[in-house]
Amino acid sequence: MSEKKTKRRDFLFTATYAVGAVGVGATIWPMIDQMNPDASVKALASTEVDVSSMSPGKTITVLWRGKPVFIRRRTPDEISEAKAVKMEELKHPEKDEDRAKNPEWLVMLGVCTHLGCVPLDQKGDYNGWFCPCHGSHYDISGRIRKGPAPTNMEIPKYEFVSANTIKIG
Amino acid sequence: MSDHNYTPSSKFGKWFNDRLPLLSLANHLTDYPTPKNLNYWWTFGGILTFCLITQIVTGLVLAMHYIAHADMAFDSVEHIMRDVNYGWLIRYIHANGASMFFLAVYIHIFRSLFYGSYKAPREIIWIIGIIIYLLMMAAAFMGYVLPWGQMSFWGATVITNLFSAIPLVGEGIVTWLWGGYSVDNPTLTRFFTLHYLIPFLILGLVVLHIWALHVPGNNNPVGIDIQKPSKDTVPFHPYIVIKDGFALLMFMIVFAFFVFYTPNILGHADNYIEADPLVTPAHIVPEWYLLPFYAILRSVPDKLLGVVAMLSAIFILAALPWLDTSKIRSAVFRPLYRQFYWILVADVLILGYVGAMPAEGLYLLVARVATAYYFIHFLIILPVLGYKEKTLPVPLSITEPVLGGSPNLAGARIKSKKDLKI
Repeated sequence: MSEKKTKRRDFLFTATYAVGAVGVGATIWPMIDQMNPDASVKALASTEVDVSSMSPGKTITVLWRGKPVFIRRRTPDEISEAKAVKMEELKHPEKDEDRAKNPEWLVMLGVCTHLGCVPLDQKGDYNGWFCPCHGSHYDISGRIRKGPAPTNMEIPKYEFVSANTIKIG
Repeated sequence: MSDHNYTPSSKFGKWFNDRLPLLSLANHLTDYPTPKNLNYWWTFGGILTFCLITQIVTGLVLAMHYIAHADMAFDSVEHIMRDVNYGWLIRYIHANGASMFFLAVYIHIFRSLFYGSYKAPREIIWIIGIIIYLLMMAAAFMGYVLPWGQMSFWGATVITNLFSAIPLVGEGIVTWLWGGYSVDNPTLTRFFTLHYLIPFLILGLVVLHIWALHVPGNNNPVGIDIQKPSKDTVPFHPYIVIKDGFALLMFMIVFAFFVFYTPNILGHADNYIEADPLVTPAHIVPEWYLLPFYAILRSVPDKLLGVVAMLSAIFILAALPWLDTSKIRSAVFRPLYRQFYWILVADVLILGYVGAMPAEGLYLLVARVATAYYFIHFLIILPVLGYKEKTLPVPLSITEPVLGGSPNLAGARIKSKKDLKI
């Protein structure tokens, strides 16, 4: 190497490899990206739910982007229970106020953050949800309390479009 | 390849063979010198080839009737079972064939572990084998998703979610694998495509596996290098062909028992319920052949580390030729290894059992101990054993223990002194 000077030909080789690599990358990318969510999947990005018939203590499950979303109208007892939990007891500390803007309504993805199963309502050691697959326990705010799941159940983007209608997404 | 030159007897054969030496290849395969002491544990290579061909042929037929669409897949499988002529038979052969394939591959792998078949100069054969095993697991998993039952759907959800454990890019990868925000139709169609592709990749790797085998030749129960051809070897045809054929017949009896008498015993009843993205079955279990790894996944309380442990349990096998430091191949001459070998067999069976049980209480404790032991076996016991173990004297040839002398004593002695450090 040391005795060899950089020649014009070396530059040509490097330039050819570089252009070739860009060409290969540009060809492969469509092959990879075609597997990402397509336009028709993305078009189903929001769902509106009528919750007028729900009484306190009731949970409904709706489908949003192919995933279940839990909507629970919580009782006053449940709300005070969720608010009373100290942050240091939590694996993934989040205040209940930040998870349920309107404390009466808890809207969250019904997907266990471990490996994606649907937790069961009103089960487990914390009076909230319990995932039957690998034994994660969630409290009444959907926060992970025990088991292998790393984080709390996710809160999707949602808003009350009227007093009785929630728009998810 | 074979040492001697082969000339076809017919004029046309010679003409053809000069242009494409297929007849030379066939001659190599029939004359291929094989150790004469191969026992029945060596017949599973042939049995596995049979399993692969069975899966490809029945799979092709099923693909003619199956519809890869989330709304129609479940019904099309029932259509195969009820309406298609002999559809029930073909589907049951394919579904139970997967289990039979894994049964055979586990025996094949544990035979290698007992007789040290992965050791030099057979490391490449072994690593190709591990890649085949990985592809088999991928094909089996995707195949299980195709009927679009509850276990299909939730098994797919759990297994693809393993990738979400990867920091930063995990969620993006999972969305990419799904082609959406959950397991749905795009996931099903790509799984069907890959399930169709993988068996042919395996077929190609099997050719390489056998090619790599035919360079050093078969290992054998004594685990010594033998001269070939010699009085220690017999030609593959007819000796091994007949033995393999008989073993295959016995295997097919077991296979047929499952297909005709208990076709659903190895499956899960929940898979006869159509996939429902809103309800997870109360107790999710993978197919029996994946249970030991599932137990390892669940025994670690951290999501990322659990996935890492599970994958390491498989990939650690690829490093086995270098983890096992003993120069003696066969466990017949390794009194301590032989005991650890059987402990490992028991350990894997225990992992399989607790993998099928709920991950709580005593089951979880047992799973953790068994997981720890699995890694201790490969990472500590095997490397240390190679230095500490007092091995038994290895015969110089296969015939020596029987006849006292050896027809190829001179050659064998030089080789074994160098290779075996006696």
